[in-house]
Amino acid sequence: MIFSLETWHITFFSLAVGLASTLVILPFGIVLAWLFARKEWPLKSVVETLVLLPLVMPPVSTGLILLKIFGRRSPIGQWLYERGIEIVFNWKGVLIAMATMSFPLLVRSVRTSFSEVNPRLEQIAATLGASALKIFFVITIPLAYRGIIAGALLAFSRALGEFGATILLAGNIPGKTQTLSLAIFNFVQTGNDPEAYILLGITVALAFIFVWCSEWLLRARKRA
Amino acid sequence: MSPFNQSMRKSLSLVAVFFILSWAQTNARAEEIIVSAAASLTDVLKEISTGYQSKAKHTVKFNFGPSNGLARQIEEGAPADLFFSADLAQMDALDKNGRLEPGTRKNLLSNQLVIIVPADSKLALSSPKDLLKTEVKKIALAEPSSVPVGVYSNKYLADEGLWDQVKPKVVPVQDVRATLAAVESGNVEAGFVFKTDAVISNKVRIAYKVPIEKGPKITYPVAIVKESKKKDAARDFMNFLLSPASKAMFKKFGFVVID
Repeated sequence: MIFSLETWHITFFSLAVGLASTLVILPFGIVLAWLFARKEWPLKSVVETLVLLPLVMPPVSTGLILLKIFGRRSPIGQWLYERGIEIVFNWKGVLIAMATMSFPLLVRSVRTSFSEVNPRLEQIAATLGASALKIFFVITIPLAYRGIIAGALLAFSRALGEFGATILLAGNIPGKTQTLSLAIFNFVQTGNDPEAYILLGITVALAFIFVWCSEWLLRARKRA
Repeated sequence: MSPFNQSMRKSLSLVAVFFILSWAQTNARAEEIIVSAAASLTDVLKEISTGYQSKAKHTVKFNFGPSNGLARQIEEGAPADLFFSADLAQMDALDKNGRLEPGTRKNLLSNQLVIIVPADSKLALSSPKDLLKTEVKKIALAEPSSVPVGVYSNKYLADEGLWDQVKPKVVPVQDVRATLAAVESGNVEAGFVFKTDAVISNKVRIAYKVPIEKGPKITYPVAIVKESKKKDAARDFMNFLLSPASKAMFKKFGFVVID
């Protein structure tokens, strides 16, 4: 292809970390969404709101909070540092920033798809003697799987576009933590428009594909 | 000498060579340092580090961002070894909190305010007064109340006693990049940017350089971060930044080198 090696590297790195971050949040997102959709518990609305916050907060401030949590001067950051785990200026920082920013989108979509599963089916399974765990995996998940995949795709797309939290937590280090969004920022800052347009094109194409797939899955669910 | 002895001596000398080599290696360990640098320094630093990498044993990685964000990261203990800021205030704040290695801070670069016109423009400016000419209808300026280059341009024109007359022609834009775009497209007759911004576009021409003594004091300081674990490597690269070859490169990219 006509792209430079650097362009391929940036694209591959963004896709790989974005995918990893989506896989990491997927189990947590599914469990939390189920708790939101099916259970009533104290302070539920507070937790729901907290989970949604990164969706509406300025990404830079989310990044600042993450930097405060994982920086060497915080207890958590210090603990990790003593064990040789680096988050700041590292691909793990990219992953955490992406995961935090895309988690609300995942939870929201999955929660909706759980709510659309008819509780009667779950109740019938229970009267037939199925355990709660079995009902979850045999009834609830299979009936909601389109929404789960759609939510995961949406979260993945959001992860790919992440900028504000990433640049603060992981830095913008070419060849180490630089994602598509960060590279575009850098090229625009230095007036390298042709390179910026190439990466912009890749970003738009990827975002289009994933968001389109996500929407298609949701539409198919409505028809079914 | 028996063949046994010969091979023995051979392997012994090999072992010796191995030890000497590994000793030499631990003594001059190749390290990877992280330089947090203002985004506006991206191109010139990439060029300089290519030259450095071909000679030196250390590897340099850059973390490019806005100076305030970079300072924030260092404040929180991010593993940066060298900080190259586009702003004195950020460096001062880190200095005050004891985050910089004492005695390593140096004001390395400065920048110059220039008036640009579209590359094909016939407009000649022998002094800023020529901005009052009728053929100059609009002048692009980064937001003169908040963006540094806009603030500086405003102050300069005020010092020259021209601001009140020029003001009706001023089109405030978002930043330096937007100023460049407005001039490039020919939608305005002139604009104020830094010299380093003017040289990255071949669709604009520098029509007037504000004399350095009349313009704003813009400073790019560099310093080693106190918590760096790789101070020797950081010092090595910093010395390279101060070398004549690097200074020539900074000048090529439009910077003013402070000696």
